[in-house]
Amino acid sequence: MQQFFDFKRNPQGAWVGIALVAVALIVLPWVLAGIGTAWVRITNLAILFVLLSLGLNIVVGFAGLLDLGYIAFYAVGAYVYALLASPHFDLHLPFWIILPLGAAVACLFGVLLGAPTLKLRGDYLAIVTLGFGEIIRIFLNNLSQPVNLTNGPQGITLIDPFRIGSFDFAKRETILGLDFTGPVKYYYLLVLVVIVIIVINLRLQNSRIGRAWEAIREDEIAARAMGINTRNMKLLAFAMGASFGGVSGGIFAATQGFISPESFVLVESIMVLSMVVLGGMGNVFGVILGAVLLSFVPEVLRYTVEPVQRALFGRMLIEPEVIRMLLFGLALVLMMLYRPAGILPSALRKRELERK
Amino acid sequence: MTPGHRLELLTAKGISKRFGGVHALSDVDFTINHGEIYGLIGPNGAGKTSLFNVLTGIYSADGGAFVFDGLSLAGLKPNDVAARGIARTFQNIRLFANLSALENVMIGRHVRTHANVFGAILRDAKTRAEEQAIEARAHELLEYVGVATRANTLAKHLAYGDQRRLEIARALATEPKLLALDEPAAGMNATETASLKGLLGDIRRDGTTILLIEHDMKLVMSVCDRVLVLDYGKKIAEGTAHDVQKDPKVIAAYLGGEVTLNMKGAA
Repeated sequence: MQQFFDFKRNPQGAWVGIALVAVALIVLPWVLAGIGTAWVRITNLAILFVLLSLGLNIVVGFAGLLDLGYIAFYAVGAYVYALLASPHFDLHLPFWIILPLGAAVACLFGVLLGAPTLKLRGDYLAIVTLGFGEIIRIFLNNLSQPVNLTNGPQGITLIDPFRIGSFDFAKRETILGLDFTGPVKYYYLLVLVVIVIIVINLRLQNSRIGRAWEAIREDEIAARAMGINTRNMKLLAFAMGASFGGVSGGIFAATQGFISPESFVLVESIMVLSMVVLGGMGNVFGVILGAVLLSFVPEVLRYTVEPVQRALFGRMLIEPEVIRMLLFGLALVLMMLYRPAGILPSALRKRELERK
Repeated sequence: MTPGHRLELLTAKGISKRFGGVHALSDVDFTINHGEIYGLIGPNGAGKTSLFNVLTGIYSADGGAFVFDGLSLAGLKPNDVAARGIARTFQNIRLFANLSALENVMIGRHVRTHANVFGAILRDAKTRAEEQAIEARAHELLEYVGVATRANTLAKHLAYGDQRRLEIARALATEPKLLALDEPAAGMNATETASLKGLLGDIRRDGTTILLIEHDMKLVMSVCDRVLVLDYGKKIAEGTAHDVQKDPKVIAAYLGGEVTLNMKGAA
């Protein structure tokens, strides 16, 4: 992927590549809307997962800290947005205030998780983070008493969509003769956010900070002996990853209009981690690919498995959900055997191959 | 004397370290002067590496303290010690195995550079200039230790001797006043050791003091100005290489009896 966007060696090619990607991204929702509006929603959800994976990639891919409770930050971001922009407390703050606030609160929770776990690595860290994710979810489930803070398992409904003045992201309207539905508007917003977060990821990776994280991932003792303040750098990784999760959560709440603790279960954390690992830990483009694949494949299955089986056998033999799990298992085995570092492994190994 | 002109760079006062009932270090005193190559020798298990680990903050001392460049190192974390100007290598090489040689050295520049998250994300002119300077300096250091042709090779794929040199380059990138080397010649052949000797001379000439743990007596005796001998965590001798190798206690520690230590070839 990177070689197509190598500005140093091939500036023209890079611009052509970027132009093509840009055109594809602009046209995509209209093509999808032609198939069905549901697909635009599915795409939006996929982009949210790309955001989440990129956030988790900072913690897991760059700094090497295994986090199994990442979805908690998504939950925190979503609930901050929902509580401050819904009839629940009758607060309706604008999104450009709540979204950064959600990121900041998630960031704070990231530090809260990071601080006591600084000395843990690998399995031990995974267990603590897993517990943390569950604690957040259980809190959300139970904070309806004595003061009704989160409305418990019923969740929060009628969450405000994004609004800029009179421009409402949830309303359908016609601009320049084109029919903009709510999901299409959110799509463009999400693409903008994802581009910003990709740039942040890439720049962080190739910086003094990114190298410090890599050093910690490789050998913490050597990193400390080289003068890297591992405590601050780990907290920074947790904080950055968490704030990306918080932003994604806020957008999720706004697009869905309804959230409940059920959306933030352990399986979701594992899903995001799978996206990072499948695509290629530490490689931004690999992670994006992993997130897109794992978000779309189940949906494609949902829409194709039934008609295909009916056409072939006259009736449905295997449920889409079953096929999905079978495919996941198969993918897991194949990955272990053939691409243990992910579909697009991080750039370092590629560079190594180039030299030889 | 003003701090910048003092003769001694590092003073160890009564350093002790216990692991349970084992006295890894008992009351060790020594002084390293500016511009010296100071040797630290002793049989296996004598406490050499423990001394390194206490010095660099990986272990905290049970007694005594180091004074480095006029300030105590007591209670400092490894990263603070590195910031004060002590860089080290490890007996069992600890490079960042999956990063390139160049990146290993660039990471060494971390402690002397300043870009924060905002600089990294916004990539302003100052940060870009700093990045270029980091990379340029890293290339210089690879050149200096003689691994420049392998700059883009992953550290784990380097030849053993090159890994040792890369570790020295990475340590030098932190601009140390004192470079602490833990058995840099271990596993090297005679040619590699000879060129290492040249490198140590260059580093000293360029103004960095060296503390050297080494088992290769020929190397120790030929490059070190003074040598400290540890045995069972205690200092048993200190002095010029010439004097130390005649010390009966040293000979006994190494060979367990009254045998003459063969140090032919020592300068």
